[in-house]
Amino acid sequence: MSRPALTRAAGHINRRAIWSRIVIAACYGAGAIVVLPLALIVWHLLAKGLPALSLSFFLDMPKPVGEPGGGMANAIVGTLILVGLGTLFAVPVGVGAGVYLAEFGRGRFSSLVRYTADLLSGVPSIVVGVAAYGLVVLPMGGFSALAGGVALGILMLPTIIRSTEEMVRLVPQSYREAALALGAPRWKVTQQVVIPAARAGIVTASMLAVARAAGETAPLLFYGRTPYDDWNRQAWTGALVLVMMVTGISAVLRLTVRRVAQR
Amino acid sequence: MKAARITADGLYRAALGGAAALVFVVVALIVFEAARGSGLSIRTFGLGFLTSTAWDPVSEKFGALPYIYGTVVSSALALLLAVPLGIGSAVYLAEIAPRRVGAIVSFVIELLAAIPSIVYGVWGFFVLAPWLRTAIEPWLIAHVGFVPLFRGYPFGIGMLNAAIVLSIMVVPTIVSISREVLLSTPRSLREAALALGATPAEAIGVALDAARPGILGAVILALGRALGETMAVTMVIGNTNRISASLLDPAATMASIIANEFTEATTPLYISSLIEIALVLFAITIVVNGAARVLVYWATGGRRSAAALA
Amino acid sequence: MGTLTEPMAGDAERRGHAFTQTAETPGQAADPPGPGLDSKPVIEARDVCLSYGAHQVLHSISLAIAERRIAAIIGPSGCGKSTLLRCFNRMNDLYPPVRYSGSVMFEGTDILRSGIDLVELRRRVGMVFQRANPFPMSIYQNVAYGLRLLGVRSKRELEEAVEGALKHAALWNEVKDRLNRPALGLSGGQQQRLCIARALAVNPEVLLLDEPASALDPTATAKIEELILEIRSSISIVIVTHNMQQAARISDRTAFLMLGKLVEEGPTRDIFTHPRERLTEDYITGRFG
Repeated sequence: MSRPALTRAAGHINRRAIWSRIVIAACYGAGAIVVLPLALIVWHLLAKGLPALSLSFFLDMPKPVGEPGGGMANAIVGTLILVGLGTLFAVPVGVGAGVYLAEFGRGRFSSLVRYTADLLSGVPSIVVGVAAYGLVVLPMGGFSALAGGVALGILMLPTIIRSTEEMVRLVPQSYREAALALGAPRWKVTQQVVIPAARAGIVTASMLAVARAAGETAPLLFYGRTPYDDWNRQAWTGALVLVMMVTGISAVLRLTVRRVAQR
Repeated sequence: MKAARITADGLYRAALGGAAALVFVVVALIVFEAARGSGLSIRTFGLGFLTSTAWDPVSEKFGALPYIYGTVVSSALALLLAVPLGIGSAVYLAEIAPRRVGAIVSFVIELLAAIPSIVYGVWGFFVLAPWLRTAIEPWLIAHVGFVPLFRGYPFGIGMLNAAIVLSIMVVPTIVSISREVLLSTPRSLREAALALGATPAEAIGVALDAARPGILGAVILALGRALGETMAVTMVIGNTNRISASLLDPAATMASIIANEFTEATTPLYISSLIEIALVLFAITIVVNGAARVLVYWATGGRRSAAALA
Repeated sequence: MGTLTEPMAGDAERRGHAFTQTAETPGQAADPPGPGLDSKPVIEARDVCLSYGAHQVLHSISLAIAERRIAAIIGPSGCGKSTLLRCFNRMNDLYPPVRYSGSVMFEGTDILRSGIDLVELRRRVGMVFQRANPFPMSIYQNVAYGLRLLGVRSKRELEEAVEGALKHAALWNEVKDRLNRPALGLSGGQQQRLCIARALAVNPEVLLLDEPASALDPTATAKIEELILEIRSSISIVIVTHNMQQAARISDRTAFLMLGKLVEEGPTRDIFTHPRERLTEDYITGRFG
């Protein structure tokens, strides 16, 4: 059988070597292509959104069609109301569920809860909106902030549950053991030691859920506004504000997790 | 003394457990409302609803086919773009890039996954659409317009735009889960392959082969996201009830038609039809997401951090 | 690929225990490579130095590996045995930054220099690792993997080669009825023999074994040692082991490494009965490491 030389082999094996290089180059390429549009979007956000970003954006009401300037104060207030309502629904339930899963969650019930929460997070926002319609709008006879709040709350719930669970799990076991050794009943340990220890993380994670929910509300508030050029300018700035909030909070969350985990 | 004592511990646990159980209640409520609301439409149109292309609020004839078609096609196209790019990027990040670079870039990609969908919609409408309209689509029409896929008028918005925007939105999911699955395969596999005389790409192939179930889960998860994506798609897909073979034409998805017309739906049957579409969408995403989570959970040995990209 | 289906030369004559073998040139182990070997060298390291960055691991090692013999490399933990072994198939390259100096001659070429086709080198110099690492595929696919890389497509050829390799690795009878079952379902010892079969399937000239039995129980270890002795007739073997008794049991020549330097090398019997260096004697009698 002919043996290819150990140096610069020709023919068959070189084909494999070339193919290997092509594949690896393609992976570099894929990485570049993936990052590219994301970088483009961020760039556009900054380029188009920054100019209009000023105090006026937050405080002023929109001007009539054709007039430049003005802000999105009403939209922002509306967003805050909806998001506030959603938080009111989602945070107590979500944190409670998250704590339960972290502290008592080992059986089949807990697995089912986790799985269902994951499923819930995959439900399209429009479907949740439709459900809220039936649940709130119809009985109340019309669209209202409550309906929006309920929908948002449902959307926020899975995220809050999951991140609360993770935050509580990160609390070192030694905290619990120390408290138990001092004679504290289980529930006090959880309520007075574990939850406060995880509080920073829980708050940050909830804020993240809130920020994401705010992202969902924004379009709802554009109903009734038709002028497109005005919207054009404002949209970018609004989008920029949203993104800044979300990425800022995400980064803080990451850092919090790392700090807690290193304790 | 084995009496049923109500203890503070027990109460506390029950209270928290109740909060956890509310998750089931919420899901049940959604199902219930969707089913109830679509009752009228189901009774009126029966199964034909799913195959009819009618959409006339005036004569009250409704059919979901164009929207099912639009949802399926836009998601499939999005995956066609996102899967090779996503897996290729994951391979780069997990196998090729130096560890620091890989960690930083994937951190950035994960952060970008948190961008609200409306931002993608805004970008798609104000940036991508003009670009498609003036540069890409005319080129496609001129050079490959004989293929039905690329025939038509350059609107800028439509199926192609939606597919591109969707693929950008789901790529981070594929990248981060695939990367994590690849990182969890033992290094010894690649060493064994290389020691047998494999090229670097072939050794990576062994790792990919081992990571296949997890990657599959990531892809299905991405599919679930694409199917349910509402805001961004609504803004760029054009919203028409005509089914067209061309990617350049406008289309609509189940999510987009509901988003567009729900607030203007006037008659009970109109509303009920839209709700039925929501029900169908709900069913599809539940099934797809359910399958995906199981696969990812199983393949990453229970690590959920990657699956936490909602 | 014909060699795998031909009857193995020397199969019938088992060389058996290293101690019954006669050394042709007694007492010649004093000089490192060349004289003293009773067959020509298949791999020859000359003044090999290796550094990872600023940290030098191997210091001027000169060692000849005899063809179709078993060479053992022993020494305390961290002395560089595995690193030296990995020089022979350039697996150290996986952990940059690696700097080599000196040369390792294999088939007339210095494999440490640039421009070497590593893919082909590693096919001819196979390796079995400390922990068995079968691919998460079926037993058949594991053994066939190397052959498929080489482009062998014909089912008949693959099946014959797989059978041959598994028989060569003394595993055929245990797995012939479940070739399509996952390899990871085998016991630790079986998995390691599978890895040996996998390496043998591509017909290498040299097989490098990096502490192949260290993770196995005594019974499995005995099977592996038996297997190694059997395949020696067709393949040159280099085995790194921290188990001196193992080296004494199966190897023809032994090299003792310490702190990256070659202390002594020679016929196994000489090394273990009357070593020349004090360090060697201390190590063998268990005075350290």
